[in-house]
Amino acid sequence: MGKDTSARSDAALSVGIKAGLQAPERGTTPAANGIAGTEASKPERQANLWSDVWIELRRNPLFFISAVFVLLMLAIAIAPQLFTSADPRDCSLTNSLVRPSAQHWFGFDLQGCDYYARVMYGARASIAVGLSVTAASALIAVIGGALAGYYGGLIDGLIARITDVVLAIPLFLGGIVILSALGRQSRGIVTVTIALTALYWPTMLRLMRSSVLSAKEQDYVTAARALGATDLRILMSHILPNAIAPVIVYATIAVGIIIAVEATLSYLGIGLQLPAISWGLMISDAQDRLLQAPHLLLFPGLFLSITVFAFILMGDALRDALDPKLR
Amino acid sequence: MSSDRRDAPRAGREPLLRVEGLVKHFPLTRGIVFKRQIGSVRAVDGIDFQLHRGETLGLVGESGCGKSTVARTLLRLEEPTAGRAIYKGNDIFTLRPSELRALRREIQIVFQDPYASLNPRMTVGDIVSEPWEIHSGIVPKAERPKRLADLLERVGLNPDDRNRYPHQFSGGQRQRIGIARALALNPEVIICDEPVSALDVSVQAQVVNLLEEVQAAFGLAYIFIAHDLSVVRHIADRVAVMYLGRIVEIGDEQDIYERPTHPYTQALLSAVPIPDPDASAFRERILLEGDIPDPADPPSGCHFRTRCWKAEALCAERYPELVDRFNHGHPSSCHFAEPRRVVSERLAP
Amino acid sequence: MTDVKDHALPTPGSGGAGHLLEVEDLHVEFRTRRGVVHAVNGISYTLDERETLAILGESGSGKSVSAQAVMGIIDSPPGFVTQGAVRFQGRDLLQMPERERRAIRGQRIAMVFQDALTALNPVFSVGWQIGEPYRVHHGVSRAQARRKAVEMMERVRIPSALQRVDDYPHQFSGGMRQRVMIAMALALDPDILIADEPTTALDVTIQAQVMELLADLQAETGMGLILITHDLGVVADAADRVAVMYAGRIVETGPVRAIYHNPAHPYTHGLMGSIPRLDQKGERLNPIKGSPPNLMRIPPGCPFHPRCPYARAVCAEDLPPLYEVGHGQRSACHFFQEVIDEQRP
Repeated sequence: MGKDTSARSDAALSVGIKAGLQAPERGTTPAANGIAGTEASKPERQANLWSDVWIELRRNPLFFISAVFVLLMLAIAIAPQLFTSADPRDCSLTNSLVRPSAQHWFGFDLQGCDYYARVMYGARASIAVGLSVTAASALIAVIGGALAGYYGGLIDGLIARITDVVLAIPLFLGGIVILSALGRQSRGIVTVTIALTALYWPTMLRLMRSSVLSAKEQDYVTAARALGATDLRILMSHILPNAIAPVIVYATIAVGIIIAVEATLSYLGIGLQLPAISWGLMISDAQDRLLQAPHLLLFPGLFLSITVFAFILMGDALRDALDPKLR
Repeated sequence: MSSDRRDAPRAGREPLLRVEGLVKHFPLTRGIVFKRQIGSVRAVDGIDFQLHRGETLGLVGESGCGKSTVARTLLRLEEPTAGRAIYKGNDIFTLRPSELRALRREIQIVFQDPYASLNPRMTVGDIVSEPWEIHSGIVPKAERPKRLADLLERVGLNPDDRNRYPHQFSGGQRQRIGIARALALNPEVIICDEPVSALDVSVQAQVVNLLEEVQAAFGLAYIFIAHDLSVVRHIADRVAVMYLGRIVEIGDEQDIYERPTHPYTQALLSAVPIPDPDASAFRERILLEGDIPDPADPPSGCHFRTRCWKAEALCAERYPELVDRFNHGHPSSCHFAEPRRVVSERLAP
Repeated sequence: MTDVKDHALPTPGSGGAGHLLEVEDLHVEFRTRRGVVHAVNGISYTLDERETLAILGESGSGKSVSAQAVMGIIDSPPGFVTQGAVRFQGRDLLQMPERERRAIRGQRIAMVFQDALTALNPVFSVGWQIGEPYRVHHGVSRAQARRKAVEMMERVRIPSALQRVDDYPHQFSGGMRQRVMIAMALALDPDILIADEPTTALDVTIQAQVMELLADLQAETGMGLILITHDLGVVADAADRVAVMYAGRIVETGPVRAIYHNPAHPYTHGLMGSIPRLDQKGERLNPIKGSPPNLMRIPPGCPFHPRCPYARAVCAEDLPPLYEVGHGQRSACHFFQEVIDEQRP
């Protein structure tokens, strides 16, 4: 018969059970049985697949830790006024390089600005860039990947080749070149976002494309075609919801990566410029005075690391929660 | 082309579906940027059959014979390489997109794999109602909940389960959902593509019974594709046996199971194990040598000759047309067709 | 590694009261985050030389897990053999040190799996895969091992064995790959061969070839064969005795003709009545209602009682032992006599 025993991973059970029970192949999984076996239908909790993901996430302590930090950083980015009443630009040279104290937790920087306030306000630039680049790249990736994967042929060929070319450009070098070319004056949050987006979308597009390719082969898509569904309906109702999970995981991690990239570019002087407040810029300024005023490096560095780490951790937790559900 | 008495038992009644010379070749290409064709997989290599209202035509064969490709081509999920399929007077393969949409309401399909045939992120209710959203004129919105409940009950499911997700159901129940979806638009023909092969033995019977009930209730015609000859015998009125892309024998259920004339059919029947320890003592076993040939490079003349004990020079030279040469009562694609009872009647317990 | 066989085990003898393989009260469970899956719940069976025992069951019955427990290849964690004995020629495999068990596994007891494509290593030639265990166990040269591989391939009737010994698994068809697996299993001349769904993924004409091959090989070597399957037809053809499994227990066992012609358990009886037959066009199939139980929550008493047309109150409370029905047939049903009586015309 040559039946295709492709991996239909069983939702809730581990490898040992799969080997033993051969359940997915031949019809009745114990998980499904549990509900089917209780034939007298007592009202079962309605399990939405996303709520299943949520339950999995709730079990994972790392998710909570990372979520707390992510939310915290988001709050700081959105409304730094809530965290500090000081004005980051209210600088007075008399306070230059003053160490942290009880009234001014992070001390002062070279210009005499309240460092705590600067770190708080600096969150905004970094996180804004991180989120926008990821969102824009994801948009391009989802649309492009879906079209390439679904239609194949010429469209796929075209998109795939463009993707390959852009993918070959190293992120940092490319970023440096683009931003240098744009000139000092125009390097604001928007420009940096555009520059990074232009280089970052290929990886996500490839991910989406391969996800779509495998979703496309599923019988339920064939069933929809056999019913006469339009391509749009098939893409929106059948393919997208089932293909997007890996992209979501990757995007979450990508936010962290982009934040780090932006900080690095600003550190190198290629990214955001003064008078913008950015952790990368602050770290750049701090390096010359490392021995005199270590607090200048410590605080933005700490916040940067925590933020990046939190996003990456959350992406990990999402992947673990989604994985068994990625059928 | 076959013109055979046995292929139209209900004499005088026009067949619902008439397939003529259906061919589907899949090109084999080489090269990444510039592809050139170096050959083709001849999945379906010229078949003819008819389907009448309310009857079940079984399409049997082993892997690679092309039976699933036939299903996909009839539904125009693949475009045929050649041939016609006349349904209610129109050739399916030449329909315009709008007419094709209308056709989709009348010919539906049930799939083999209960796990892959339902979108895991849609509720059962949405899955079964989707046909009504695609063809919005058929059932007005207000009536849909009631129709949904009726349909779910009809296939043996609890209407309260409409908000559940497929993974909460067993394999047999998922097949029922698939059947409900296929019934939603009140089709005339349902193509069942190995609908019970992936189910446990004790569940297969439930689904087979359901298919029979539904057929009787709605006057449906089935094309029942399967490799399990026992199930096909149970449900089919007529049977077509396929080998390497061609139909080698076609006839009534009794013709095929009690008086097969083609060597492949005979070998196939003799190979099917019967769940009765005594039956094997009374059966003759025909064991075929070798493997099924490559569909990209089938043998010349009769495709089966490389494994056939009757093969002679003629078989390599001339393809045996699917006709009733010796008045056996049903057509067979063999120069030396001869009836042979391979399956003895069931012994009394 | 030299041949451990002669040092570790008594010379195999035949006859006497000892069975070749004796499984006693085997329990296997899988501990997962969501609960404990009771895959095998106390099964016992025996196997003698030249005998074919079929373990018949559907998915979730525990048939494959029990075979893996005999072979000792259950992933642990999460799987654990919590109770029971597996005696090969009198010695309990579960109590043996791993080193000795490994000498037996693969050499004296061999296993053939369902899907040859995934069971064979795609990066090694079939000749290597067949010959290497032989070379290691017998300490022979590579050339000798290769000759042995060709010999085995010819024994399993793979055409052009000499030319194909260096081919890779993907170059063979499904039926041929299955033969390669059988060749691998038999290269060390085992006493027992366990075939786990050997024909499920094969076409029916190929299936017939493979089953015929197994029967011939068994007649040649005198080995015991455990056939694990859900296919009632294959069992009827090949088996001497049958053990029917449901929810991790053996619910009926006996000679093959008794099981098929006089089933004494409602599940067996239900199965027989629910399958379509090649030799008869029936009127209507009689399915068993309901579905198999969730192995994490097996109902108390008899696991089949929720689906059983003969069930009474006692069935939900008392787990039926295997009652003697007679002539080597045993049934785990309190009312087995009724089941038998109802079949008499």
